Amino acid sequence: MKLNLKIWRQKDAKSKGQMITYPLNGVDGDMSFLEMLDILNEDLVNKGEEPVEFDHDCREGICGTCSLQINGEPHGPDRLVTTCQLHMRKFNDGDTIIIEPFRAKAFPVIKDLVVDRSSFDRIQQAGGFISVNTSGNTVDANAIPIEKHVADKAMDAATCIGCGACVAACKNASAMLFTSAKVSQFALLPQGQVEAADRVQHMVRQMDLEGFGNCTNTGACEVECPKGISLENIARMNREYLSANIKG
Amino acid sequence: MGGLIKSSIARKVAMALSGFFLVFFLLFHCTVNMTSVFSADIYNQFSHFLGTNFVVQALMQPILVFGIVFHFVMGFILEIQNRRSRGVKYVQYKGSANASWVSRNMLISGAVILAFFGLHFYDFFIPELVHKYVESHPEDPTRYFPELLHKFENPVRIGLYVVSFVLLAMHLWHGFASAFQSMGVNNKYTPGIKKFSKAFALVVPAAFIFIALFHHLNGH
Ligand code: SF4
Ligand code: FES
Repeated sequence: MKLNLKIWRQKDAKSKGQMITYPLNGVDGDMSFLEMLDILNEDLVNKGEEPVEFDHDCREGICGTCSLQINGEPHGPDRLVTTCQLHMRKFNDGDTIIIEPFRAKAFPVIKDLVVDRSSFDRIQQAGGFISVNTSGNTVDANAIPIEKHVADKAMDAATCIGCGACVAACKNASAMLFTSAKVSQFALLPQGQVEAADRVQHMVRQMDLEGFGNCTNTGACEVECPKGISLENIARMNREYLSANIKG
Repeated sequence: MGGLIKSSIARKVAMALSGFFLVFFLLFHCTVNMTSVFSADIYNQFSHFLGTNFVVQALMQPILVFGIVFHFVMGFILEIQNRRSRGVKYVQYKGSANASWVSRNMLISGAVILAFFGLHFYDFFIPELVHKYVESHPEDPTRYFPELLHKFENPVRIGLYVVSFVLLAMHLWHGFASAFQSMGVNNKYTPGIKKFSKAFALVVPAAFIFIALFHHLNGH
């Protein structure tokens, strides 16, 4: 198929970017979106032009590195997939595809389509862990019985790959879905209880410091999340946060 | 006010609590107005009580005004912060793909309701204050119903009234259920809560519109 790509090009963090149009031929429906961009880049390199920079790593939907706002939606029009898993058969011959970086003040553009998502790392570092004594008498986590439905919920929350699509989709650029998934995966388990109050307070404080917006419950994040992280997690984080503050 | 409540979740909870308060007020107001459809007497009695009771006037009324002002001011502050959080705008942003129009445009419905409050204050609240405290008329417990009828004579006012309440319905459609989520309620009752809050969002504004049209058509 033949496509008309409109891609955000930006030399570096300081430059002003702009949309540039690239016609592209020979795209196959079985290609992934990133393979399609590989072909474009090959063409550009052959012509002696700068290839388009974009983030990717595993290319199988597990690392959370790929991003891209495709035709106005993070990870494109398909549901429950990352950009690397998005197939070109979702598009039609002759389509114009608009490709932009994820936009948020807390995700500044580094170059072209690559954004700096280290704000997520800092939120995680603020409390997304449990402190375990490794002095030799560590208790095996499996020795603590946990109800199946609770373990399942914790696991569901833990499937967040930190891609940032929730922020990109949200009209407020809020990071509540990501942060709440990271809070929930611990809050649900006995191992997470010890530091629960500090964790939620520190992570929310960091989230606010990074300049993400306020959640207004539009639910866009849940729809666009490639891992189907549920809004239930945000409600859980609100509860955790309220009880942590009430208890002091 | 945004600085006073430092964390985004605290602001969210404050919006939810003030929202709940306004929802209760709305239900109360609707009930009082509804009595006017059935009996001028009961409506007069209610209005006379509310207009002259010390606790209502000195305590509840200021709390109500504070609640309204707080919800509006906070809403605008949040909107400004949220717009700034995007930074550079998208060339294409397909909001309709993942969220309802009403949930994304609470500012628009809110602003229309604010404009309506302006009209409402001009129509009822300010004349009421002038009547009571500036012109110092002695209290006449039967004056309320005729005043109400008089307000609903003008078709332009009825039109504005109807538009405002349609926007209020839209605001409640998202806002009421959303307030539960903000308070951390998301469990097996959530589908029921959503149904209830959406029914409320339709029925209460519809009742206000009905009352206005009823008096407009029957009043003279
Ligand atoms: S919650 Fe979903 S959209 Fe957000 S970072 Fe995690 S996986 Fe990505
Ligand atoms: S490249 Fe790893 S999730 Fe897409």
